[in-house]
Amino acid sequence: MTISRRSWIGAALAALGIAAVPAFAQQGPIKIGIGISQTGTLGGGGKAALLGLRMWVEDVNQKGGLLGRKVELIAYDDQSNPATTPGIYTKLLDVDKVDLLIAPYGTVPTAPIMPLVKQRDLLLMGNFSFQVNHTVKHDKWFNNAPWGDASSWTKGFLEVGQKAGAKSIAFIAADQEFAQNLANGAKAVAKQTGLKTVYEQNYPPSTVDFSSMIRAIRNAKPDMVFICSYPNDSVAIVRAINEIGVGPTVKLIGGGMVGLQFTPIMESLGSSLNGIVNYTSYAPGMKYPGIDEFLKRYHAKAVEAKVDPLGFYLPPFNYAIGQILEQAVTATKSLDSKTLAAYLHSHEFKTIVGPISWGPDGERAKPTVPMIQFRNLKDKDVAQFLQTGKQVIVYPPQFKQGSAIVPYDKARKAK
Amino acid sequence: MEFSFDLLKEALIFGALLGCFYAAVSVGLSVSFGLLDVPHIAHPAFMVLGAYGAWLLGTHGFDPIVAGVVLMPLFFAFGVAMYRFYYETFEKRGAEVGVRGLAFFFGIAFIVEVGLILAFGVDQRMVEAPYIGRSWEIGDMRIPMRMLVAFATALVLTGLLAAYLSRTFTGRAIKAVAQDEAALRLMGVNPVRIKQWAFGIATAVTTAAGAMLIVVGPVDPSMDRIYIGRTFCVVVLGGLGSMSGTLIAGLILGISESLVLTFFGASWAPAVAFGLLLLVLGVRPQGLFGK
Amino acid sequence: MKFWISAAVALILAVAAALTVKNEYFFFAGYVVLQFVVLATAWNILGGYAGYVNFGTGAFFGIGAYTAVLLVKSLGLPLGVQIAAAALVGAALGLGVGLLTLRLRGIFFSIATVAVAIILQTAIFNWRYLGGATGVQILRPEVTPPFDNYIKMLFVVGTLLAIVAVAVARYVETSWVGRGLRAIRDSEEAAECTGVPTLRLKLLACVVSGALMSAAGAPLPMYQSFVEPDSAFSLNYSVSALAMPIIGGTAHWLGPVVGAVLLGTIQQLVTVTISSELNVLVVGVLLVLFVVAAPEGIVGLTSRLWARFFK
Repeated sequence: MTISRRSWIGAALAALGIAAVPAFAQQGPIKIGIGISQTGTLGGGGKAALLGLRMWVEDVNQKGGLLGRKVELIAYDDQSNPATTPGIYTKLLDVDKVDLLIAPYGTVPTAPIMPLVKQRDLLLMGNFSFQVNHTVKHDKWFNNAPWGDASSWTKGFLEVGQKAGAKSIAFIAADQEFAQNLANGAKAVAKQTGLKTVYEQNYPPSTVDFSSMIRAIRNAKPDMVFICSYPNDSVAIVRAINEIGVGPTVKLIGGGMVGLQFTPIMESLGSSLNGIVNYTSYAPGMKYPGIDEFLKRYHAKAVEAKVDPLGFYLPPFNYAIGQILEQAVTATKSLDSKTLAAYLHSHEFKTIVGPISWGPDGERAKPTVPMIQFRNLKDKDVAQFLQTGKQVIVYPPQFKQGSAIVPYDKARKAK
Repeated sequence: MEFSFDLLKEALIFGALLGCFYAAVSVGLSVSFGLLDVPHIAHPAFMVLGAYGAWLLGTHGFDPIVAGVVLMPLFFAFGVAMYRFYYETFEKRGAEVGVRGLAFFFGIAFIVEVGLILAFGVDQRMVEAPYIGRSWEIGDMRIPMRMLVAFATALVLTGLLAAYLSRTFTGRAIKAVAQDEAALRLMGVNPVRIKQWAFGIATAVTTAAGAMLIVVGPVDPSMDRIYIGRTFCVVVLGGLGSMSGTLIAGLILGISESLVLTFFGASWAPAVAFGLLLLVLGVRPQGLFGK
Repeated sequence: MKFWISAAVALILAVAAALTVKNEYFFFAGYVVLQFVVLATAWNILGGYAGYVNFGTGAFFGIGAYTAVLLVKSLGLPLGVQIAAAALVGAALGLGVGLLTLRLRGIFFSIATVAVAIILQTAIFNWRYLGGATGVQILRPEVTPPFDNYIKMLFVVGTLLAIVAVAVARYVETSWVGRGLRAIRDSEEAAECTGVPTLRLKLLACVVSGALMSAAGAPLPMYQSFVEPDSAFSLNYSVSALAMPIIGGTAHWLGPVVGAVLLGTIQQLVTVTISSELNVLVVGVLLVLFVVAAPEGIVGLTSRLWARFFK
């Protein structure tokens, strides 16, 4: 469903309080357009991300807007379906006539519009995609995610596994842009480090039953299992792992499962997550300037909007997109894609998730992907995630809170 | 892929459980299409509707199987009304009907699917029950409880329906109406009322099957599309109108899918049902037990 | 003669619009409507004239799109060649499907066509070079002058395809082929008894219909810059291709055109202003309404009303 412009303006005005609206320049608002999942497999994350973005829009408008003009966010729901995004972004550009574009949340909805933005030579602010620019090679793409290429993502996982003596690895990956990018990269890294692949399987994104795959994995007796999946499949896979079991040889399982960072999913899976080692972008205990205050403000709004109440994964990074745009537009006094892109390529930006700068491919110059192990989780308890010791950071060293417990069967029961 | 007999054993067992479930899901179609000759493309859509009904009741604390039973009378009435409408609009008018009847049910299927999207969104829905998520351990094998529950319910449902059709007067009349309507009329039975009743029962059974669907796994509104393949494959393979045929065909399909999933990968699984269907249509269109 | 004059006028108008209208979205949405004119017209050749309801429009459309992808990725061939190749592939598929399924009656034929769509989609899932389930990104080549924009050029290409499709349908309808198909629709047994070569005619209809549908699918990769199997082979195309002729009228070649323009425009308006699900609902509801209450479609209705009031 679309989020109508009118209802957004109404909400924004109400939030600001009419009395506090400063005088905006007569030129009309600066329109920022985005298609972002509010339903479908990525919807849980998309809703939280959009709230983070809107918080930035409110904050910037309270300070007087950008270049003296009010900022207006036009958002449509892409339903996590890549078939909708070319139409949505064409509409944003030709019907709504937006000035700036932010990419959809996630690789799969973003992949279809990369040729479009390249051909129109427009700036696109990435939103947690993985290597989505590697074929098109657009020079005006800037991704906010903490990862770069596959080795930056898999480093933590493979290192922990190999330190525990792992020699073989199994891969399951969804047949979609994100999972394939990650799995291909991971397989290359695994080969380089001398790991033996004993099982690999791609599945169509609509697969709902994983019991056959988990059974096959158990049969293959791998030391590590690297999974690249989207939220719906991640949930089904976690349930299948708990239902069927992967066998006693598995030391480490997880790695690239999207969705296990969304609070509603963490809450509903509860104790079935115990022992899984997976990536994230932020976990309690990581210190960034301004993040604690942001999360507190976010929590209040999220509870009211009935959205992911903790907001660990996406909202801070979406707020950061806003901060980056704010700094770049203010410094260059321009909305032109070429000018902004040149500025973005040559500067580092301060955000609530730390300093951000990019390499020539538009991905992070200094990527670091935290790996956490879920431990000691109870069912149906949201508040437990605020404590440390539930998502124990096992990598990177600068944030490390503990060592991973191996093998997986032992970690599941650990306290 | 490494082949092992353990894996094969588990795949066969899982396939049999799945197959029985497929049979239960198709048995309603065997009646409505097999016996009554209604081009009921919307059958899987009604099943998904039943699944959502079970989910809705589940949010109020109903166990899904209980929800399925509770919904049956409601859907029986819905089935009767639907058949009545179809009969008045199409069947009465004769043979030209073919295209229009098909198009009608195709349209209905889409309306149901989109209606579900508008009402519930595209997100997957699941239910919770004590038997969902646990498995039964025998030796080295782990058999998911949800499959066992679905299997048991499917057997009961199919068995009851088969018994109804062969032991009761109305049941036998339903079978008769497919073979010789005129003879039935001579016996003083109104064929239209029989057909209406049969369609109602078929729809009710399908709803109970829908409740099982949400036990077996998560549901979303567009699931009716893949089930068109599965249900029609089972019904055609089994032979139109044959209950035992439906069960055996269901087992064949379930086991084939399970074997493909385990040994050839999930990327070929969607084609199994439809491929089997085309094969049957090409080689032996009357199915295993059809005339 | 009247037909060819109006066709020429339509083409001239399309080119003029492409050279003058500024807003790109008009062409983006307009192309989709033209695409449906081709699909609806093609469907009607088999469905309306012969009475064989094809639920597998998605299969032909998708295979046309993927033929184009294959040619562009491997050899970089231009759009015209892609369309021609797609038409050939579609014709071959139509022949194959026809041979396999035309002996089956009514609903079995229809279900078999759905089966073909899913099987083709699954085959693409397993073909990594064409992107598998992930999909493939396509970069458009430089646009040929006098057009300044690829979408505007596609709009004109779409108009041409629509004209070709309608011309073919009109020829089929008014020729001996059409007479034979109508005989088959009314009573296949009687037609056979009177010596109509039913199988050959049905196969011809399948081949022609399939070729046109695949030709309609060929520009899709260029249009969207991205193709993935779930949407390319989608059952949604099948519903629309079936609903538009039924709503417009299946007896005359004008019916699918009216249905496609009307329904297609409504769909685009609804998608832009409200949501894309609602547009599928609109199709479904209108289909059911017309099938139940107005089986001759808009064209049939208007000619009846015309006869009543003006004769």
